Amino acid sequence: MKVLVPVKRVVDFNVKVRVKSDGTGVELANVKMSMNPFDEIAVEEALRLKEAGKATEVVVVSIGPAQASETIRTGLAMGADRGILVKAEGNVEPLAVAKLLKAVAEAEKPGLIILGKQAIDDDSNQTGQMLAALLGWPQATFASKLEIEGSDFKVTREVDGGLQTVKLKGPAIVTTDLRLNEPRYASLPNIMKAKKKPIDDKSASDYGVDLTPHLEVLKTAEPPGRKGGVKVKDVAELVSKLKTEAGVL
Amino acid sequence: MTTLLIAEHDNASIKDATNKALTAAAALGADVHVLVAGENAKAAADAAAKLAGVKKVLLADNAAYAHDLAEPLAALIVSLASGYDAFVAPATSRYKNVMPRVAALLDVMQVSEIIKVVSPDTFERPIYAGNAIQTVKSKDAKKVITVRTSTFAAAGEGGSAPVENATAAADPGLSSFVGEEVAKSDRPELTSAKIIVSGGRAMQSRENFAKYIEPLADKLGAGVGASRAAVDAGYAPNDWQVGQTGKVVAPELYVAIGISGAIQHLAGMKDSKVIVAINKDEDAPIFQVADYGLVADLYQAVPELTDALGKLGK
Repeated sequence: MKVLVPVKRVVDFNVKVRVKSDGTGVELANVKMSMNPFDEIAVEEALRLKEAGKATEVVVVSIGPAQASETIRTGLAMGADRGILVKAEGNVEPLAVAKLLKAVAEAEKPGLIILGKQAIDDDSNQTGQMLAALLGWPQATFASKLEIEGSDFKVTREVDGGLQTVKLKGPAIVTTDLRLNEPRYASLPNIMKAKKKPIDDKSASDYGVDLTPHLEVLKTAEPPGRKGGVKVKDVAELVSKLKTEAGVL
Repeated sequence: MTTLLIAEHDNASIKDATNKALTAAAALGADVHVLVAGENAKAAADAAAKLAGVKKVLLADNAAYAHDLAEPLAALIVSLASGYDAFVAPATSRYKNVMPRVAALLDVMQVSEIIKVVSPDTFERPIYAGNAIQTVKSKDAKKVITVRTSTFAAAGEGGSAPVENATAAADPGLSSFVGEEVAKSDRPELTSAKIIVSGGRAMQSRENFAKYIEPLADKLGAGVGASRAAVDAGYAPNDWQVGQTGKVVAPELYVAIGISGAIQHLAGMKDSKVIVAINKDEDAPIFQVADYGLVADLYQAVPELTDALGKLGK
């Protein structure tokens, strides 16, 4: 079984983003970019399936600017076999990404596609579900455990009330939550080896997908600030303030 | 122009997230119908019919909708699509799962986790873990919207809408329910609790959550939350996680204990009315958003606080 893992190049999770003063977006110049953390978990899970003899090949695909090839290299350095870069400039919405991934999936015919549950830039949490819909495949989002049973996938999901386990008929889509695994670091030898692994260069126009955004971004603003309050000296003062000043007790 | 609100419920009753999403749905300016999809969910449909401003309730009562499986639920919503211009659901785990599937089947872009309705086609939503707020205008004829419920007031009762049966759509049969582990608790649910007491990595163990956090929460009638670090370390179950990728909450009082205040955690609680932080590190970022900060060893301060509340008759 081939496993396809879509990965996104995003602002590194340690970077505190700044909104541009003209309201046109956030400052991306000279900002460290990395693989979306949920996608790292997806790559890791695919690699574990391969190491357990349940997957034969792990293919990493990214949609974005030319620099997204660095993100693919990160996946290859972790251990993925090869990459596909679908070049697309500007804001590509989850729906368009899902349409491009559908085309890639139809060419690659994977038995499983694992995606991060959301990207930490736009926080949309849509692409996996949309791809499942377009392919007509079942989906298990927010996975904390993935098991293969014959041609089925048994997935435990993190839901509001606790955990839910579902069984999907393959081929299927799984999106990762935080507790699925802890992604490995790429070793130096593997980083060197990754440079020789193939990346297929494609362009969005190869697939005939319309990338015109459906959502027009009118502006991007700072969130309303919250000021720090006071430090209290002890529990007695805290209780007194909560009772009389805040009125919440 | 009609809006379909898809209800969060447990078959017997309507969840508070539905009341809040109704406020957002009503702000679109069109009539609002409510879809209750479940199994033996008549009671929930009757409760939805009583919500103020609801014009009609559709009840899809079928075993296919018993376990929140995305594929049959999305098929049902799409089968109703011709009668509606907008589909609104609370951004609960159920609808975060289902709604993008609906949107793709309708070939529209979902607007995720809106925090404000600016006009019927324009919305505010947080990006970058709430570090920026985007205003977006949807150009799609049919809109698919999920609502971050913590920023909308709950709609009350006062309606008496008719309940009609909706025909179940064909189940694609791609997935099946195996089981669930749902914690039974008498404490309020995090997303509707008036008070939340949360613990972080400094709690050091599950036992310490039970010994320090839970008695304080019970004294306050509060829900119990946790930081991602505490959940990752196994000190607390995943459904307690407050933060960008966990639950987003906005209670009257949020008590953060032994939580340093990572951006991802702040994103999940900074809209709380009053924030209290107890942490022994006086430079912890949580103090930058806390209304009342107490620099202290939680293992002394928390029992003291629990006792002090007891003396207040809590």
